[in-house]
Amino acid sequence: MPRAFTPKVVTANALLEGDVVYLTEDDRWTRQLTEAELIEDEAHAQLRLLDAEMRPGQVVGPYLADAVAGPDGPAPVHFRETFRATGPSNYAHGKQVESKNV
Amino acid sequence: MYRYTDFDAAFLAERNAQFRAQVARRIDGSLTEEEFKPLRLMNGLYLQLHAYMLRVAIPYGTLNSAQMRQLAMIAERWDKGYGHFTTRQNIQFNWPKLADVPDMLDALAEVGMHAIQTSGNTIRNVTADHFAGAAADEIADPRPVAELIRQWSTDHPEFQFLPRKFKVAVTGAPNDRAVTAAHDIGLRIVARDGQIGYRVLVGGGLGRTPMIGKVLADFVPGEDLLPYLESVVAVYNLLGRRDNKYKARIKITVHETGIDEIRNMVGDEFAMRKAAFAGIDQRMLSEIESHFAPPAYETGGTESFDITYAINPAFRAFVDTNVDKHRQEGYAIVSVSLKAHGATPGDATAEQMRVMADLAETYAHDELRISHEQNVILPHVPRRHLPRIYAALRRAGLATANIGLISDIIACPGMDYCALATARSIPIAQEIATRFEALKLEQDIGPLKIKISGCINACGHHHVGHIGILGLDRAGVENYQITLGGDGTEEATIGERAGPGFGAEDIVPAIERLVHAYLDLRDDPEETFLQTYRRLGIAPFKAALYPAEAKADAA
Repeated sequence: MPRAFTPKVVTANALLEGDVVYLTEDDRWTRQLTEAELIEDEAHAQLRLLDAEMRPGQVVGPYLADAVAGPDGPAPVHFRETFRATGPSNYAHGKQVESKNV
Repeated sequence: MYRYTDFDAAFLAERNAQFRAQVARRIDGSLTEEEFKPLRLMNGLYLQLHAYMLRVAIPYGTLNSAQMRQLAMIAERWDKGYGHFTTRQNIQFNWPKLADVPDMLDALAEVGMHAIQTSGNTIRNVTADHFAGAAADEIADPRPVAELIRQWSTDHPEFQFLPRKFKVAVTGAPNDRAVTAAHDIGLRIVARDGQIGYRVLVGGGLGRTPMIGKVLADFVPGEDLLPYLESVVAVYNLLGRRDNKYKARIKITVHETGIDEIRNMVGDEFAMRKAAFAGIDQRMLSEIESHFAPPAYETGGTESFDITYAINPAFRAFVDTNVDKHRQEGYAIVSVSLKAHGATPGDATAEQMRVMADLAETYAHDELRISHEQNVILPHVPRRHLPRIYAALRRAGLATANIGLISDIIACPGMDYCALATARSIPIAQEIATRFEALKLEQDIGPLKIKISGCINACGHHHVGHIGILGLDRAGVENYQITLGGDGTEEATIGERAGPGFGAEDIVPAIERLVHAYLDLRDDPEETFLQTYRRLGIAPFKAALYPAEAKADAA
């Protein structure tokens, strides 16, 4: 039996800054995971990934990352995505200190 | 030090102009990422977890104060005010923006530096003994030949698409400080009947299949070295596997083909290639050698050193731990630790870079080195200047007296930065250093090399750490495996895996048990961790790491 689909977000790195970005429901790229579109349906996830791949002038290497619904929006499942969503643990650099209005 | 010729400068300017245009075409949409990626990698530009990363070559780890100051300027202007020195004597900037990278490369070119072939399936930055030209045990300075290899391999048309990356290291001393046995090619300068030549090791490497290099040739005379190297890489270029990335390094080629067969093929290739060199390489080498003449040594008294050493215990500890013997009377080699307890191994702020540059320029013949152990070396220091250098380092947070000790840890960037990592390395290094500093045991423990990698690719050299730590992802949780008894010197040894891994919160206590076991087991305080391990084997250390299992076995 195929494995049950778990919720996803579309994520990538911004072409110019290299920063981690997420695809929103209204087709924007956001710097905040909480603003991402949480995709609960597998077919829709594949379509959204295709949408992302059609925008190579904006992002590099889009893929589907596991996420769960949290109180403020999508939250990471794997610790790698936690680091991508916040920044490195040795310095207060990256998203953990940057403005939400990029 | 090598100074760029007009040819070098023109080549670099042209190459940087090409890359500037390539970046512009990527940004305006003329190039896809698939087209652009190999171009950016050829110029040292990676895309990591949070940002782009620019890896700049510091050939054979040697730089002058102007170059170090330029790295500081780049860190401040286009990054976040610091740089990360790596186990391949490179520096990495962790936060550049794509559009700024061409300007960064031009700034590097102003001081004769570049990022060419710091990535991709090419011959990478040639590394060397960080004490080159200064060490008391040296047969010959390895840097002229390393520079010759840099010039030969840079943009070498035959070797731009090798099966996989290719790393060369050179040592000029019998005490191997360049881990030559863990490189695709390791060169060891040897003397035979008064003639200088090279012992050539091939097929060493760490990563998922760690191997110690095998002796391909016991003695290659200097005039044959470059055609011989070219023959080795040419044989690999044809034989090396391109079907499987994980089996593409020359260590696998040598393992599958056999060292004797490789030697025969290289011999045949050499017979054809030797004539084409026609001595041009030797003329270039003698020109390069003139750049590496020893500094004009001074002959000042050492009274100020002697007095400070006698009355200042902190200075004495620094000298005893961080200062090595120089070949020249009245001189010393100073290792500046980038491993302050709790700091990120290998990181230096722009301000710290400037302090080190100023010290090199003012007191130490304008030379600096980067070691593969992620520290900075002042190779030519008159002993009388040591008190002043120590004081300046101390003010800059750079006087940690821990070279070769338990907190002098190699750590790769790990999952805090690296897209390939499976776990974090930096916080583990920080916690170990902080813990043993709190225990005040560091000096008592003595020489002990801990090396940490955040994935199986082993950039942190964990296989050759006396204690190696490998961070893995076990079912979505960071997990750390320990290897024991590794050694990166001329007696290179791959460490042995101790057993099941530890969670992030259990790894530091595990290291502590291991070290206490060593302190209990050693014959006397002179016996190092590695010596005790070699005398007793892994069993008592396993018992310390896994006390529950040891108890069950005994029952």
